[in-house]
Amino acid sequence: MNVRLTFETIDIGAILSDFARGRAEVGAIASFTGLARADGGATQILELEAYPGFTEVEIGKIADQARVRFDLLDLTILHRVGKIAPGEPVVFVATAARHRRAAFEACDFLMDYLKSRAPFWKKEHGPDGARWVEPHDRDHADLARWED
Amino acid sequence: MARVLLFGRLSDVAGWRDRQVESPFLSALRAKLTDEDAALGEALAGPGVQVAIDQVIVRGDTALNAGSEVAFLPPMSGG
Repeated sequence: MNVRLTFETIDIGAILSDFARGRAEVGAIASFTGLARADGGATQILELEAYPGFTEVEIGKIADQARVRFDLLDLTILHRVGKIAPGEPVVFVATAARHRRAAFEACDFLMDYLKSRAPFWKKEHGPDGARWVEPHDRDHADLARWED
Repeated sequence: MARVLLFGRLSDVAGWRDRQVESPFLSALRAKLTDEDAALGEALAGPGVQVAIDQVIVRGDTALNAGSEVAFLPPMSGG
């Protein structure tokens, strides 16, 4: 299980290849890549702030929940911090399980938690200045799907 | 002295993100910051703002030690 923050561009292909290598018991790997979106030019740069140390520990708790809930064999989460240009990956999640349903669902679960529970703060810089983005009602509704 | 960290929009409101503040309790620390900067005080009391002391989320008042790290965390948004 690997949780990491990075200021560097995420090389999705390299990470997914590494993650998939040497797996005899894994029948399914699912991955999700979130990209920074330009929104028709309204966002020129996306800036992500984390609380180093705390952020990794909190994501680790979410990852542990996912591992148990979906009986994952492994997972990896890589999240960008700093300034990100439209089109660049912001977050990459991969899950390994015996069967595909668990791998797909675990990815979905992890992303819903990362969107509104992981300690990140997101600022959009555009032609009209900068604004902080807070979770939408939609993000809270997505998260509520996983509550028993 | 506690080390106070502000994240997200809170640091924009205050104009700083990392400062030492002398205070024996979290409640007194809030009062001190509010006295100095009413806009920051209002932002700290805003909806969804959580507090972590030494990287553990706390609720209610609590005593601070010399070297405590007090982080004010506005609503989080990743991905």
